This record gives sequence, structure tokens and C-alpha cells, in this order.
Amino acid sequence: MSEQRFRLAQGGRIDRERPLRFTFNGAELTGYAGDTLASALLANGVRLIGRSFKYHRPRGIFAEGVEEPNALVQLGQGASGEPNARATQVELYEGLVAQSQNCWPSVDFDIGAINNRLSFLLPAGFYYKTFMWPKKWWMKYERFIRRAAGLGRAPTGPDPDIYDKRFAHCDVLVIGGGAAGLMAAQAAAKAGARVIIADDRPEPGGRLTGTRTIIDEAPATEWVDRTVADLDDAPEVLRLQRTTALGYYDHNFLTLLERLGDHLPSSARSGDRQIRQRLWKVRAKQVVLATGAHERPLVFRNNDKPGVMLAGAAQAYSNRYAVRPGSGAAVVFTNNDSGWESAIDLADIAGMRVTLVDVRSELSNPRRTLLRRHGIELLAGHAITDVHGNKSVKKVSVAALDDAASGYSGRHRKISCDLVCSSGGWNPAVHLFSQSGGKLSFDDQRGIFIPFESKQPQFCVGACSGTLELGAAILEAREAGKAAAAACGFKKRASAGALPEIEQSEQTPIRLLWSTPSGSGGRARSKHFVDLQNDVTVADVELAAREGYRSVEHLKRYTTTGMGTDQGKTSNVNALALLSQTLDSDIALTGTTTFRPPFVPATFGALAGREVGALSDPIRTTPMHEWHVEKGAVFEDVGQWKRPRYYPLADESMKDAVDRECLAVREAVGILDATTLGKIDIQGRDAAEFLERIYTNNWKKLGIGRGRYGLMCTEDGMVFDDGVTLRLGERHFLMHTTTSNAARVLAWLEEWRQTEWPDLEVYFTSLTEQLATASISGPLARPLLADLAPDIDLDPKAFPFMHWREGKVAEIPARIARISFTGESSFEISTPAGFGRSLWEALIQQGRKYGLTPYGTEAMHVLRAERGFIIVGQETDGTVTPIDIGMASMVSKTKDFIGKRSLSRTDTAREDRKQLVGLLTQSPTEVLPEGAQIVDREGPLPMPMIGHVSSSYYSANLKRSIALALVRAGRSRHGESVVVPLEGRNVSALITAPEFLDPEGSRARS
Amino acid sequence: MLLIRCPWCGPRDESEFHCGGEAHIVRPLSPDDLSDEQWADYLFMRSNPKGAHRERWYHEAGCRRWFNIERDTLTHEILRIYRIGEAAEDKKRAKAKGKGA
Repeated sequence: MSEQRFRLAQGGRIDRERPLRFTFNGAELTGYAGDTLASALLANGVRLIGRSFKYHRPRGIFAEGVEEPNALVQLGQGASGEPNARATQVELYEGLVAQSQNCWPSVDFDIGAINNRLSFLLPAGFYYKTFMWPKKWWMKYERFIRRAAGLGRAPTGPDPDIYDKRFAHCDVLVIGGGAAGLMAAQAAAKAGARVIIADDRPEPGGRLTGTRTIIDEAPATEWVDRTVADLDDAPEVLRLQRTTALGYYDHNFLTLLERLGDHLPSSARSGDRQIRQRLWKVRAKQVVLATGAHERPLVFRNNDKPGVMLAGAAQAYSNRYAVRPGSGAAVVFTNNDSGWESAIDLADIAGMRVTLVDVRSELSNPRRTLLRRHGIELLAGHAITDVHGNKSVKKVSVAALDDAASGYSGRHRKISCDLVCSSGGWNPAVHLFSQSGGKLSFDDQRGIFIPFESKQPQFCVGACSGTLELGAAILEAREAGKAAAAACGFKKRASAGALPEIEQSEQTPIRLLWSTPSGSGGRARSKHFVDLQNDVTVADVELAAREGYRSVEHLKRYTTTGMGTDQGKTSNVNALALLSQTLDSDIALTGTTTFRPPFVPATFGALAGREVGALSDPIRTTPMHEWHVEKGAVFEDVGQWKRPRYYPLADESMKDAVDRECLAVREAVGILDATTLGKIDIQGRDAAEFLERIYTNNWKKLGIGRGRYGLMCTEDGMVFDDGVTLRLGERHFLMHTTTSNAARVLAWLEEWRQTEWPDLEVYFTSLTEQLATASISGPLARPLLADLAPDIDLDPKAFPFMHWREGKVAEIPARIARISFTGESSFEISTPAGFGRSLWEALIQQGRKYGLTPYGTEAMHVLRAERGFIIVGQETDGTVTPIDIGMASMVSKTKDFIGKRSLSRTDTAREDRKQLVGLLTQSPTEVLPEGAQIVDREGPLPMPMIGHVSSSYYSANLKRSIALALVRAGRSRHGESVVVPLEGRNVSALITAPEFLDPEGSRARS
Repeated sequence: MLLIRCPWCGPRDESEFHCGGEAHIVRPLSPDDLSDEQWADYLFMRSNPKGAHRERWYHEAGCRRWFNIERDTLTHEILRIYRIGEAAEDKKRAKAKGKGA
């Protein structure tokens, strides 16, 4: 077990009784329960964590929480590997394995670091400027860029973890479990409101657990414990730790990501009961945002080296984790009071020799004395001019700032240290507030954006609203909690309890400094890093402004500042302030870029939840499904339905099986499971009138006992669906729709009935699942059915084509309809779903002597194409009219219907529209690919495309290939040759009528 | 994710609904009498206001009923929910407006 050289002898919120082993880049290290990966690495003196995105510069741990831009690591490996984990938020567990990213062969010796030497060649917009020409190299460039610049590696297999989703409702949702969040939750709960409080850390308290704040004359954590105990006792409070709000959407709808298993060793995480993460979808009447603030770094030369850290982060590592973030000497660079607090803690708690460099020069004597008491040297009115050291800080240079902070005066002095902390103030974490539509205003004095105008029922409290002083934040939070509860109707005057007592200290205003000056000779500030994750410097921002990128949104996209996994949590305000400064404009006018969800990166697994694999979409099967499975059918998905595509025998290929099934239907008899066709029961006084308006053809005179093929259009005249509808009674019809369009057609009928013709009395009920249908088709279909239905007169004169009869088939109640999609004499036999399999098996058994052959959707497609029947969605695509597919005779001239007027618009009435034709290739064995484009003749490209192949098969019955196509003015071009250009060759084909077989349709009628 | 108060089912998440576009577009009684321009206006032209907008919604994963919503397209605030067939103009508000004038 290696010693933790940088662990303080006492203190911290870690459990020293529970040491935990972990590895980083192969080295075996030890930390304690309660550590994050970052604090454990610091405790072990590991400072070089990774390489930067673009220049491959050495980088260390910069922050302490969610805002970390640098310390991204690869966790685990293989399928459960996770890239880009923030070491500052990874809780340590036994056996954790982590690695550096974006470096090769190792983080210590990284070949890509040559980019750092060449950085003068890689300014803002470098990729845009360099990789533009020649265009055909774009793909090659992309491969190069992806390898050179990058983050972690994606998992190599399907995610083995289990994720969960939960919906919740509450009166008051509090985001953030710091002082303000706890206070607001307590006040709302005391009033009787149902409260959910979500906090992203493992334990509540927020910044109070990272400082030595005193509340009620005792450590603040005691107040935290009391308040949390109070909340946990309240019956209507749900407290979620390790839970980050990802998004704030309309009408107070928020998503929260709860990490349930991420902090557990993989052995405890696996197994099928452990849920890794849970996505909460919460609808709240009122929301209280207590999201705190993120410390803003100061921008100075070489401010990215390992050992440069946010001051509040260094302070929190000392207090919360009992880690000394450097070995002996620290320089704290600040422009505001919180840097002082950090400096004092580093001196007192971490026992470091601290030099405080404050850009402010007007500091009161009592305050100077205070520092001296803690043994801290103060350099007032100074700034850091450079940071020295390669893979770790060794020294800093400091100098006095001139009055305008535009240059330096006096001598530069070097100070040895290996920790440099900076504080440029605290930016309210307004991300969620902005996502909710809220407007920000800019506080010139403090240089921060604060919530200004809410668009949703919400409150912002504490640091999130710019109230950085603890006492004021707690008071504000308590009032907001009460007001939020009152807005939900909880107005009882509960005793809100006494306000905690907080000591006030003297304050000195912040002195804004967006970047230190360049120093001697006015060198470009090309090592003054603004965005550490994306390697964007002050020089890049200035260059972008010079090149005309004056909008902050353009600046972001051109320089990539604010992009990446941290979305600029430490860099955005600095970047836009520098842009404003360069353009000499107001920061308030420059504004911020848009804040978008998610607040932190979320794994796709959490968003998918349980809806993966077999549960990603419902599966619908017919009552005969198991029979198909037993007979070895190969299935295809049609919408959510599983339909048999073909039934291979022994070692038959797909083509052999489909050929055999097609021949059987034309020569003997085949059977198809037609259950999946949409079936809508239509009843009511005005049922016939309704169909008259929906279908293109006439329905009023259709006799009871008959059926008719119908075509429906959308109002723009394009074919929407087709199918046969039976008239079951004077006021009763049964409509058939295409399988995958059933739900849409039902919704379509409801829409017209409810919104346009509410005066019509007609009702629609889906019967698709209630009925099972077997279709027998072929010259021997009639004798087969006659065996099983002796009571029904099947003579074509008594039971003609497009009629239906009711009766018993094999003693099973059935409705038989003479509908044919194959072009053969066919009987569609429907029965209540519960009888489906019995009916099917009775037909199969009786069919043996007729050579009854089950056929699937593939044979069905071939057979209907031989007859030239269309399939909606295959021959049509929303741009095809009934006339285009040769169904002008289906379009009534005497009545109005949906879409009719559109058929005479200039475009739809054109003679040279794409029209349905048949295509016969010169070679009878050539089966064209569906979707292939059609041109007039061979010749140099480009050439106008005149159509496309919509269906294409080999027809065993015709002993050759056939295709259906849509070709410009195709109906007048029968007999002409066209060319189908395929990859590397051209295929000639002859345009024909779309009916390849029995064009009169006499076989179906027989 | 809007919270929509279905007139029949009560408040439900937006994901249960389907927006059917602008409301109160009446299908012409005699389409054949219309010019191509007039027909195209009915068919394609829709207002796209920034602010109050009346639109049809369908409770697809619920009662399968259509109804109307007046919604602010900028803030997504739902100003009014009313049934198909009810007047586009809210009578109470219209009255209030009249008085003001």
C-alpha cells in the first residue's frame, strides 16, 4: 500500500477506517471512502492527469466539482468503459480503474505534444481555414483530425448496465442541496408542501462542507446535519443525493439524473437487480433554483499547467478531503475576497506557505493585519505574469500592475511554488434558469450575469441569484421556500424557526480583471488560456474579433470556446468579457450563448432506460404466430408486426422458397396469414356519407353483402391509403387498411369526423386485434373451402367476386370475403381471434390433398406485382396521385371527396408526371435494385433522371424478372427503352403496362 | 414538455398529444368553385404568429378527442383550452375588450 503523501493528518469528511485501492495509468494507489478520484489522486501526489484537446499540453486537476474542464479520465474498459468522466465527480470505490485520455504512448511522453510547439500554426479557425481544399479530401482530413484531437474512447460493446426511469410530481422542487437549497426546502416543507430536493453531491451541504464556515457559533456542517435530519423526518419530502438536474423544460418539467450505482465497485454493480442510473422526470408546481455558483479563474500566461487550480477548489480539497493540494508553497492570485478565505485555509488547514497576489491595491489595514496573523505574505496591486515549469508548476513570476491594469511597473519577481490558485469571482450557475426561458441581466460592478426575469413559476435563491453572502442567501431561500409553498396553496403560518446566526466580515469590492496584460513587448496572449478544455486562448478570442466574429454565438463556433463536455462552465463569462473588451462594447450587449440541456453529459443508457433490446418497441404477433415459428418461417417486421416472409423447406434458399410459394398459388392453392391488415369497424347513421367524403370512389349505392376497393387521398390529392371495405349493414361497414398504416388511418378518420364534420353520426372502432384472417388463394381455393364450408354456396354466380358471406368453416364461425391481392380466385376467411389458430390448422389439414402451400409476404409482393397491384408506401410516397398510378377510373367525377380539388391544380394535372409502368430488363435474369434511378439513354453524367424503380422481383410464374417503376409520362411510353445506371454498368429495360399477367383480372373473378 | 389540460382527461404530458396545426381553417363547401390560388390558400397557407396562436390538438394516447388550444408561441403559455365547435374568440374576453374600447 503506497502512502498518501499529501493526506493531512486530520480532518476531512473521509473515512480513514476504510482505505480503498484503485489504479491510475496502471499504478496501484490508495485513497479513502469519501474521496473522489481527484482528491485521491492529489492525496497521492499525482498531478499530471491528461493532455489537452488540441495542443496536447499537460493538464492536471483544475476544479473540485461539476465544472472541471481538464481532469477527464477513461473509466473501466470494454463494454462498460466510460470516457470523459470528470475525476472531480467520480467517487472512489475499491478496484476503480482509470486512465488518462488523449495521449500516446503515455501521459508522460505524448507524441501529440508536438502540437504545442507548433501552436503558432494552429490559431482559432485553423481547421476551417486549412482543411477546405481540395473538397474531395474532406473525408481524409476528418480521419486525421479525429485522431489528433480528441477525448476518450467509446465503449466497445452494448452497455451491460441497467437504467431506470421514474415520473414524479411535487409542489416544490428544489435544485441544489447547499445552504440555500436546504433552507428553501425546509421552509416549503414546514408549510406543508410536497417537496423534492435534488443535490448532485453524495452528501448535502454544498460549499459549506468545503469551507470552515461558522453557523450558530459552531461548524456549519452541524447546522447542515440538523436541517437534513429535519427534512428526512418530514413525511412529504423526498431528498435525492447524487442527483443532477439535466434539463429545465416548459411548464416546470425537469429531468434529473440520479446516480445509484456509479460509486459502487463493479462487483456490487453487476447482477440484474442493480440499477446504475435513474432518470427522473419531474413536474413541479414551483421550482426553487439553488444551484450555487462556479468560481471563475483569472486568465494569465501559462495558467493551464498542472498545479494551477481554482482557489475555492484548493480550499475544498483541504477541508473536505484533508488533502494538501501542493507540497509546500502556494501562490493565491485573486481579485476578490473569496481568494483570501482560500489563502487562509491553505495556510491554516493545509499548512502551506502562502503568498497572496491581489490585483486590488486599496486594502484596509485591519485586513492586512489579518493576513499577517496567518503568516501569509500579501502582494497588493500585483498580478502573476507567467507560470514556470513543464509538467508541474515550479515557479511563478509576479509584478505590480499599473493603474489601468494594462501593463506592469517595476521589477518582475519569481516565487517558488507548486500550487497556483486563482479566483476571479463567482459566476452564478444560471444554466437551468436560462434553460427555463429566464432573462439574465449583467451586474457591472461584480461582473456577473444574474437572473432578472423568470418565465416560469420559479425562484432563484442564494449564489444562483447573485446573493453570494451566506446570511443573505439563507434569508432569501427561506422567504422563497415559504412563497413557493404559498403559491401551491400552503398558506398556513408555520413557525419557520429562527434564522441561523452568521458572522459578518468586512468586505472589499471585486476589481474586475478579465485577463492579465501581455507584458513586455506586447506579445500575443497565446498562452493565456480562457477555455482549458478546448485550448482557446486570449489571442484566439482577439483574432476571432479581428476577423469579424462579433457575435458571441459566432465566437463560440469559430474558436470552439464553451464547447465540449464542460460547456464552458469555467470559461464562458471570461470569453465573452474578453470579446466585449476587444470590440470595446458592453458585456451586457454581447450577452451569453444559449444554455442548452443537458447541464452535464448524460449516458444514452439513462435516456433510453428500459426501452432497449426487445423492449425498444412493442412486438405484435397474430394468433397463428406460433404455427409460423414451428414451421421455420423467416419473419419480417411490418410496422410493429412480425409477419412470415417465407417458409423455407430443409435447406432451401430464400429465392427457392419464394419461387415455390409463388408457383403453388398460381397452380394449386396457397395460404397467407392476413391478420395484420388494419380493420376498422365503422357504424352510424352517416357511415356511408362519411366514406363517400373520405374515399375517391362512390359508396352510397354499395349493396349489403358486397365489398369495394377504395382509395383515399390527403387533401393535397396524394394517395394516402387503400384497401377493401365491406358493407355489413345499412349503417355498418368494415374497412381494411394497409398493415403499417392502420393507426394513422383511424386517426385520419377521427380527425375529419371530429373537427370538420361533427354533425355526421359515425363511430370508428379498431378491430385489427379482434379478428384473425387466413387468405386462401389459387385455382384450388374453392374446392378446399367447399370441403370445410358445406353450408355456403361457393358457386361464382351465388357468391361472386367482391362479395362476402357469413357461415361456418370447419365448424368455426367465419366471415368469408372474395378479395384478391394475388390475382387468383381468393377467399379471405376471418374469425374471432381466439379461433384463429384452429381455423388455420383446419385449413392446413384439409389443404394437404390440394397441395396447400403457406406463403409469406415476399411471395405476396411478387404475386401482386405480377398483376400490377400497388402497395401504398412502395409505389406511392406522398407525391403520387391516383391518376399517376393509373387509377383515374377510381376517381369520382360527380362528388367531392378529400383531395379532389387538388387533382386539377396545375402541377397535379400535368401530363408528364411520373406514372406507374412496368419495366422488363433486357436480360430476364437481371433483377433491378428497388430505388434505382432511370434515365433516357446512356451518356455522360450528369443526366436528367426520369423516374425510379419502386418494386422489383424475379417472377417464377413468368420465368423472368419484373419491375414496377414510376417514369415521367410513362403511360405514353410503353414499348420504349430506358436505361437504369447501376454501379459500374448500365442496364437497358423496356417500358410496359404494369400488368404482367391476366390484365383483365378474369382469374380472380372465376 | 407542455402540461396540457385535456377537456376530458385533465392535465397530461405533451407526449400524449399530437398537435394538428392551426385551428379554425374551415374546409370550403364548394372546392370546385375556387381558383387554384384560393384552394392553395386553404391547403397550404398558415399564419405563424409570434404570440397567441389557436391550434388543434389531439389526445392520441388518451381519449382520442380533438380540441382547441390557444397558446403563446413565444412563452408556450396555454391561454385557453376549448372544445371543437366553440367560438374562436373567447366571449368573456371579447366583452371585456369591447368595454375597454
